[in-house]
Amino acid sequence: MTPTYYLLLSALLFTIGAVGVLVRRNAIVVFMCVELMLNAVNLSLVTFARINGSLSGQIMAFFVMVVAAAEVVIGLAIIMSIFRTRRTASVDDSNLLKY
Amino acid sequence: MSVISSVLLLAQEQAPLPVPSDTKVQAPSLGAVWPVLIVLGAACLGVLLEALLPRHLRWSTQVVLSLLAVVGAGIALVAYVSDAPAAGELAMKGTLAIDRPGLFLWGTLLALALGAVLLIADRSVEPGGAFVASAAIRPGTLQDRAQVTSTGMQTEVFPLTLFALGGMMTFCVANDLLTMFVALEVLSLPLYLMCGLARRRRLLSQESAVKYFLLGAFASAFFLYGVALLYGYAGSVRLSDISSAAAGTDRSDTLLFAGMGLLVIGLLFKASVGPFHTWTPDVYQGAPTPVTAFMAACTKVAAFGGILRVLQVAFESTQWEWRGVLWGVAIVSMVIGAVLGLTQTDVKRMIAYSSVAHAGFLLIGSIALTEKGLSGTLFYLLTYGFTTLAAFGVISLVRDSSGEATHLSQWAGLAKRSPLLAGVFTFLLLALAGIPLTSGFVGKFVVFEAAIADGMAPLVVVALIASAVAAFFYLRVIVLMYFSEPAADGPTVTVPGAFTTAAITLGVLVTLLLGLAPAFALDWAGSGAFAIH
Repeated sequence: MTPTYYLLLSALLFTIGAVGVLVRRNAIVVFMCVELMLNAVNLSLVTFARINGSLSGQIMAFFVMVVAAAEVVIGLAIIMSIFRTRRTASVDDSNLLKY
Repeated sequence: MSVISSVLLLAQEQAPLPVPSDTKVQAPSLGAVWPVLIVLGAACLGVLLEALLPRHLRWSTQVVLSLLAVVGAGIALVAYVSDAPAAGELAMKGTLAIDRPGLFLWGTLLALALGAVLLIADRSVEPGGAFVASAAIRPGTLQDRAQVTSTGMQTEVFPLTLFALGGMMTFCVANDLLTMFVALEVLSLPLYLMCGLARRRRLLSQESAVKYFLLGAFASAFFLYGVALLYGYAGSVRLSDISSAAAGTDRSDTLLFAGMGLLVIGLLFKASVGPFHTWTPDVYQGAPTPVTAFMAACTKVAAFGGILRVLQVAFESTQWEWRGVLWGVAIVSMVIGAVLGLTQTDVKRMIAYSSVAHAGFLLIGSIALTEKGLSGTLFYLLTYGFTTLAAFGVISLVRDSSGEATHLSQWAGLAKRSPLLAGVFTFLLLALAGIPLTSGFVGKFVVFEAAIADGMAPLVVVALIASAVAAFFYLRVIVLMYFSEPAADGPTVTVPGAFTTAAITLGVLVTLLLGLAPAFALDWAGSGAFAIH
């Protein structure tokens, strides 16, 4: 099986994630879609590491995981605090700042 | 036997390959990275102090530690600059390129951060500071009403500021895209949190944090996918390797340009350029004003430092393919900033749209890939940073009983209540508009001059029209302050304490000085190009 299929899969996952961010309304789900995009990138990195025959892509995937974990901590803290205030995590209800 | 010979043959074939660039690195020196190490070290120490010190000691300790860290990093920087190699050097296994533009950006960032830390530390304008006593208190509850008048504050703000500053400094000198990504997150994550920590109007503050976080994470995913595609293209994420791969190969251009496009989207988002600016007005308005000042000044400097390095080092050889696209982005950014700025009724949002327009001007300088374009953009960043810092410092002083009075109608007739504040703000607005004798004029002049010299005259014409439109909304505020009658229940102007006074004075003095005698700063900005290793 050629590595190109993995690149196509990764592009597909990235697109699903990006569309999800744009159309979903729940902040948690939006955030999960961002995580899906990051994981799609990981798949690309590992595939390119395989194609290029170098290890650095795999190492980069580890860096991405660590950064994504840090992002989860910050993101859930922020979403939690706004949920406790508003009793909803819908991004449509956060509409005080406009114009 | 044949296996051995083929292996030998393979070894011989591999021998003449170019030597990996980090073998060229001189003796590893820590001297170059001391400023970053000091800032990040102080940030870690600050986190420890939060855990170990009793509550009443934290504020004073953190303020002293943060100021010492910023000043100490500045001293380390000055000590290093005096004997730094003119061509720059690599540090940390070649992941950081410490060169003249990088050092200039570090100096700018540290000076701006000094002002921002002073604004963040101020407790004279609002008793207890602009930050919530405890972020866990739910807005609208009895506890929340009690914390508004309390003198406590969430002192984690100081280590967070230092972490963000360390990330920004690393971002400016990152020599490969992975380091750049990690630095991008180190600078962004603390800022997301700091946006949500306002003492008053907490719903707005939390909302700005959520918006900034979700959009920021979205943009960094794009940045990262760009990194992955460029890694697939060049087999390395080192900027110079991407440049040499792009200079002459038969590899697929799809990977290169798709990767570059996604990467640049991520960078333009951070710099709040053009169509990627949607977070800027909301976040600038909702975040506590000292944080907005820090974000507006320092993030802009760091993001454009990264854009300049990526464009000049990695994509210089393919500039004729991508330049037209960034022309379009610069025009969109200037038009959006100038036109939407006209319709704003909130002074913080107005400055936010002004920053979008300025990002367009900065992008013009960044795509002029010449020495003058580089030095002009660096100088513009310096001038813009100090003017914005002081402007937000002034905005934090106009208050009524519910906190800051940021609606423009509340600023009517302010000159009658406080001629000094109105005078200072007028001067800063004129600098943002680019009137002669202010630093804003010199900044615009050098950037536009470089752009014309590089054959971008039509873009400069658009920029001049956008500046003229933008000047209208700055002048409108000035007219409002001087020629309207103040409302009877209008806001009062707080007399600032030493910290805010120092920060505003710093910003105003630099704005004036760079307007009257810009030569020395222009010399620093033009003292060298990016190191390409």
